[in-house]
Amino acid sequence: MTVLKSREAILAGAILCLLLIIATRFSGFVAPNNLIAVFTDTSPLMILAVGQMAVILSRCIDLSVAANLALTGMVCAMINVAAPDLPVAVILVVSLIMGAALGAINGILVWKLSIPPIVVTLGTMTIFRGIIFLLTEGKWINAHEMSPIFTGFPRTSVLGMPVLGWIAIVVAGVMIVVMARTTLGRSIYAVGGNPHAAVYTGINVGKTQFAAFVISGMLAGLTGYLWVARYSVAYVDIAGGFELDVVAACVIGGVSIAGGAGTVVGTLLGALFLGVVKNALPVVDISPFWQLAISGAAIIIAVAFNAQSGRSKGRVILKSAEHAQ
Amino acid sequence: MRTALAPNERRALSGPCDGDAQMTHHTPDGTSDLGHAPILSLDNITKTFPGVKALDGVELHLYPGEVTALVGENGAGKSTVVKTLTGIYQPDGGQILLDGRPVHFPTPQDAADAGVTAIHQETVLFDELTVAENVFIGHAPKTHLGLIDTKAMHTKTTEILTSIGAKIDAGEKLKDLGIASRHLVAIARALSVEARVVIMDEPTAALSQTEIEELYDLVATLKAQGKAILFISHKFDEIFRIADRYTVFRDGQFIGVGKMTDIQEADLVQMMVGRAVDQLFPKRHADIGDEVLKVVGYSHPTEFEDINFSLHKGEILGFYGLVGAGRSEFMQSLIGITRPSKGAVRVDGKVRIIRSPADAIKSGIVYVPEDRGRQGTILDMPIFQNVTLPSLTRTSRQGFIQLAEEFALAREYTERLDLRAASLDTNVGALSGGNQQKVVIAKWLATQPKVIILDEPTKGIDIGSKAAVHDFMSELAAQGLSVIMVSSEIPEILGMSDRVIVMREGRMAAELERDDLSPETLVRHAVGISVKGEAA
Amino acid sequence: MSLTDNAPRQIPDRLRSPLQARLVSWESLLLAVAIAIFIVNSMASPYFLNAWNLSDATFNFTEKAMIAFAMALLIISGEIDLSVAAIIALASTAMGVAMEMGAGTPVLVLVGLGTGLLCGAFNGALVTRLGLPSIVVTIGTMSLFRGISYIVLGDEAFRGYPSSFAWFGQGYVFWVISVEFVIFVVLALIFGVLLHKTNFGRMVYATGNNATGALFSGVRVDRVKMILFLLTGLMSGLAAVCLTSRLGSTRPSIASGMELEVVTMVVLGGVNILGGSGSIPGVVIAAFVMGLVTFGLGLLNVPGIVMSIFIGLLLIGVIALPRLWGMWRKKAD
Repeated sequence: MTVLKSREAILAGAILCLLLIIATRFSGFVAPNNLIAVFTDTSPLMILAVGQMAVILSRCIDLSVAANLALTGMVCAMINVAAPDLPVAVILVVSLIMGAALGAINGILVWKLSIPPIVVTLGTMTIFRGIIFLLTEGKWINAHEMSPIFTGFPRTSVLGMPVLGWIAIVVAGVMIVVMARTTLGRSIYAVGGNPHAAVYTGINVGKTQFAAFVISGMLAGLTGYLWVARYSVAYVDIAGGFELDVVAACVIGGVSIAGGAGTVVGTLLGALFLGVVKNALPVVDISPFWQLAISGAAIIIAVAFNAQSGRSKGRVILKSAEHAQ
Repeated sequence: MRTALAPNERRALSGPCDGDAQMTHHTPDGTSDLGHAPILSLDNITKTFPGVKALDGVELHLYPGEVTALVGENGAGKSTVVKTLTGIYQPDGGQILLDGRPVHFPTPQDAADAGVTAIHQETVLFDELTVAENVFIGHAPKTHLGLIDTKAMHTKTTEILTSIGAKIDAGEKLKDLGIASRHLVAIARALSVEARVVIMDEPTAALSQTEIEELYDLVATLKAQGKAILFISHKFDEIFRIADRYTVFRDGQFIGVGKMTDIQEADLVQMMVGRAVDQLFPKRHADIGDEVLKVVGYSHPTEFEDINFSLHKGEILGFYGLVGAGRSEFMQSLIGITRPSKGAVRVDGKVRIIRSPADAIKSGIVYVPEDRGRQGTILDMPIFQNVTLPSLTRTSRQGFIQLAEEFALAREYTERLDLRAASLDTNVGALSGGNQQKVVIAKWLATQPKVIILDEPTKGIDIGSKAAVHDFMSELAAQGLSVIMVSSEIPEILGMSDRVIVMREGRMAAELERDDLSPETLVRHAVGISVKGEAA
Repeated sequence: MSLTDNAPRQIPDRLRSPLQARLVSWESLLLAVAIAIFIVNSMASPYFLNAWNLSDATFNFTEKAMIAFAMALLIISGEIDLSVAAIIALASTAMGVAMEMGAGTPVLVLVGLGTGLLCGAFNGALVTRLGLPSIVVTIGTMSLFRGISYIVLGDEAFRGYPSSFAWFGQGYVFWVISVEFVIFVVLALIFGVLLHKTNFGRMVYATGNNATGALFSGVRVDRVKMILFLLTGLMSGLAAVCLTSRLGSTRPSIASGMELEVVTMVVLGGVNILGGSGSIPGVVIAAFVMGLVTFGLGLLNVPGIVMSIFIGLLLIGVIALPRLWGMWRKKAD
């Protein structure tokens, strides 16, 4: 039984407990429809978190995801305003490509110039938001300017769940396969776990980190369109500060900030935990202003827990101690 | 007092001397007298780094079914050769020949594809990946969809592990394995590719005696399969035991090749250092005085138990044991890096509570760690700042730095050790290994300690500097300092110690006086009597 | 082999004089940039070379620079504190609560500084006692501290600070020399001496270069880091006092995003984000550069968010350009 497996079990248990406690007082919260609504509401966080996970696993961090989301979302909205008849499929492709391109900017700076990822993404985070302002001069794009197909797509219900939720499931499925069963996925773990050794096994560390940034950017771009369409509004500050929720979901999900350790399932559970808390607060009549403090506390508790379980123990030399353990 | 490190070292580093020409048995056309052609050859390879010519026209030939030992001091260019052969470095000049045809290895993958594989301390170390993934990373079997075929990977890994007699579950994560098992995984990786050339870089450095024996068996197996093996080691006994041929480098230059059967150990040493090394362990007599340090019942929950000894003025106390016997762990606990669960320390009869290295320094106990780059020095800081770091209170007034006093203190001790450096504000990282070690020792002597603990003081140091360190250790003892020397090298323990404590599995296995010392007794106590026949 | 092995027996203290080293440094380059910006600004806008305008301009950086000094030491030691802006929010909120309870100016200042110190202690304890990575810890406390402000304030604001409290953010010591600017200068001197002239400063560098090596050399690494977190918290508390005094009100969104500008200032000042090197004079010049850029663009009516593009580009540019230059030179050879 590895620590990470137990971490996932603990998280799943914690989410179930949370649901049970809420259910004893507000049974409506655990009604299937409401659970689907909570899942759908958490979908953007889940999509971004699995992308961020790839980046953190490779020993980097991407603080520009929310800004990427806002910029790509704005561009999608502007395209829709300019060409309302463009099919959603084209918009989706544009959002993926543009997000990937923005992620590639981060990646290239980390790969080719070896600039620390935190510096790169702090910088691009402000630059991306600034560019939105340059594009729009600070104006909003509102619901009535967007076409109904554009805004309706993520809300379309398929088999009782909105498309947004299904997209999260597809992204999760694809990422599980990518991380577990492709050379890139295993390389990301190898690079984060031991970059030095990765070089010896023929893995290009910088290129792998670049790929992780592209994945993260691509998913941020996709979420950009979905976000703008779902809330039917685009402006400079959408999803402001959301990058912290994304990092929080990863940390709570057991992704080690030192790289190399963490799973897609854990990350999804981390995001769901935050999602359940956020959606439960108004139900149990706690001011939504509590949410920020709660996710902050959750990050600290989770990272302390990560450190405790992952602490490298000294070598066990004594035979007696070996048996005792 | 000055000690004479310089003449030895200078000679060691000077150009080829007369003896070299006749030692060279190398045949220019690269073919061996056994009549078969080498699989892989390096021809006139040059590699330059800023300011350093790491390889200067070297050659190397690796023959099928034979073990070639690459011999040379630190800085001779051995690791550069390994990196060139495995595609990590690109040579500036010369050719790599595979089956007589020139090849290029622009990336490590290309070297692996050509059948060149290396077993290195750092080759396989992905804690979060499974054993099978560690073995097959970079060349995993794929399904027709292009995904990694986990099932096939596990089956193949299990086959390889079984073939080398390792009982390891292919699905287990690497972090759950011990050191010896990890090493077997590294070997399994080398066997997983269709390797024709296997490079072993210091493969026995972290292994216990029994594990080393298993490794030798494996080398024999690989030889029988017709693979060419490049074996890099500092240990002469194992070179003479398993190698068929030798190649000697010195200062990045090719010195000579030949068959092991044609050469004596002393001649090989002479080729390595460019001179004869007759006296490696110049132990001088020192008067042993009063008790300085007494350790009573020192224990740790998992690392060591019930360590008791006393140390006297002018004494050199050796600590012998296998790697992983708990010697370094005990020493680091003694200076406050880890906390003991029970036990007491007395310095000059007074009980001292040591919770951190800072406390240890105050009590007069200092520790020269084995890991020089990480624990011993701060590589990116100047020499003088490294030397004064533990003595800052003495070179400052009310916490304010006095640069002149700092330079004076640093100068006094570095000159005493005859340090070679461009200036005192040169970063330590720019010095050679031997000179870095001098900075570390100067740093600790500047604190005017009572007890100095030297953990593997000559590991990774060239033979010339080794003798100088031994000489200096003797002199310190003669001046009244008490020395604890942790060493895994039997000749060093035998040559230097007044008294020896042998540790086994975290406990004191024996305490031996100088007159009772012999290689056999040391090994017997270190491995335990039950495996006496195998180890001795 | 390295060249040093044939060096003379007498080892000189230095090869280059300290003055020489200083002339060819990041700080000199930065100073040249600052002067250039100053000249460009004075030519671009007729309002630039005015004592009162320039004095106003210093408010663009004095509060950030107070934190940046402590942050510089913290980053040199190999840690980082991303919660500084959130500490300002919490300290400001605590002062607001104290004010509502009728506290006078001295108590308000003590509450502000004390809250900052407590927040720093909390960060420091999590990092040094539990051994957690500071970047995640302070991302967590960044949410936690500001979150507490939101819990207390919601969408309300504290107003009505006593008039004597306004002295810190709005007062002038002499002519155009503001109280904040004097605090900035005094702190620059204190931190400069602390980092460059004391044993403690030396231990900060040693810790940042190689924490394990420093520990083995007798440096109490955890104590050094704890003190630096406390200092960073205290400086954030001081910045909260000045900012609250200058704005005259507290909202939970106060100083939001300021951590980014503080880190930018430190990195622009030549501090290695990975720890081990950097200087206080560099940070001081970086503060002026950022202040001048912001002020100059402001005079040209460039909106704030566009200025942040410049800050972002500056942050990446100052690290990227020397590396690009190095790569280009390598290719040219």
